[in-house]
Amino acid sequence: MLMTRTESASAHRVIAGTPVFDGDAAQKGFALNAMCYSFNCATHRAAFVANEEGYMDRFALTDEQREAVRRRDVPAMIEAGGNVYYLAKLAGILGLNVQDLGALQTGVPVEAFKAALLAHGTTERSIAS
Amino acid sequence: MSEIVGGVFTSHVPGIGAAIAKGLQQDPYWKPFFDGFAPVHRFLEREKPDVAVVFYNDHGLNFFLDKMPTFAIGAAADYRHEDEGWGIGGFKPFAGHPALSWHIIEQVVGDEFDPVTCQSMLVDHGVCVPFELCWPDAAAWPVKLVPICINTVQHPLPSPKRALALGRSVGKALESWPGDEKIVVLGTGGLSHQLDGERAGFINVDYDKFCLRNIVVDPEALTQHDTLDIVELAGSQGVEILNWLAARGALTGSVRELAHNYHVPISNTAAATLLVENRAIVHA
Repeated sequence: MLMTRTESASAHRVIAGTPVFDGDAAQKGFALNAMCYSFNCATHRAAFVANEEGYMDRFALTDEQREAVRRRDVPAMIEAGGNVYYLAKLAGILGLNVQDLGALQTGVPVEAFKAALLAHGTTERSIAS
Repeated sequence: MSEIVGGVFTSHVPGIGAAIAKGLQQDPYWKPFFDGFAPVHRFLEREKPDVAVVFYNDHGLNFFLDKMPTFAIGAAADYRHEDEGWGIGGFKPFAGHPALSWHIIEQVVGDEFDPVTCQSMLVDHGVCVPFELCWPDAAAWPVKLVPICINTVQHPLPSPKRALALGRSVGKALESWPGDEKIVVLGTGGLSHQLDGERAGFINVDYDKFCLRNIVVDPEALTQHDTLDIVELAGSQGVEILNWLAARGALTGSVRELAHNYHVPISNTAAATLLVENRAIVHA
């Protein structure tokens, strides 16, 4: 019997606030991630900037993925199967670093996101004699 | 006869590469991390290894989701970095060691692992940043490279137990290598961090310290958790501790921690550096 996506996903462990990039997500996100992977090449980045819609056509993004990219909506990109390692390449084109991505996903200003990281501030060092 | 001199374990955050390019090592934000490398530099200067076997994960430079190996072993005569899409670059090329690579492949397949073998392979910041940290002043890398890539991107990931066992198999290969090279093992990535989801920015100092306390003396302690436990404990990308576990497994002799440095935060990451000496076991 074929397992539907819903049945498969229901067996998966849920970790709060934490997308687990598994086979379901990898299938769902393939086109979006393939487009982002192409951004390893500067020529492709320039082609995307010159014509975003045409570039998304080339990779046959789903409507959900296109809309997420148009709106620069990072949580929606992840919901549409985007993997953060590939999305980081798109984020680079958009001028966003990983703190910006963190702020967009957690719904806080980037300065607050950075402050939360700094709040862990600790250094521990040990050197054997 | 070959000698495994020890292991260097370190975070590989891309921002570290950018900081090096800008000369920010003494900047107050970066200094507590970079200063942790002084013992590593002294160790490498003293031991002068000839080869580095590096356990790391690719972040979408060499491997895409069309073909995603659980374990991939480089067997190329040379390796290079290329554009990863967001600007860090200028990393020096690497000389490979195909004969040692194939010796490792023979051993691990003999031990019933099933790696992908790569005679052509790009290496990303997971290899390049640790090399820059270990040999900051080198005009050319003083070691040959054998890269071993572990899937930490697309679940299901290999279990911690499996990563440790792979490392042990690689360690057996290094021990039986008939060459007279001195070999250093690197494990890169981690510690706790998460880039995606509503929990982005997650850091778990307690879990990181558990790893630092145990990985040298009792690496099995880290295998009590499965990969999803580790995602929960260390964050989605903190699961890169699998690379550390494999590297620890490859240190098959008598091990001793020489130094560690743990500093939070570097970018979104709890950054750590661990230096471990490995000595052949003397049988009484």
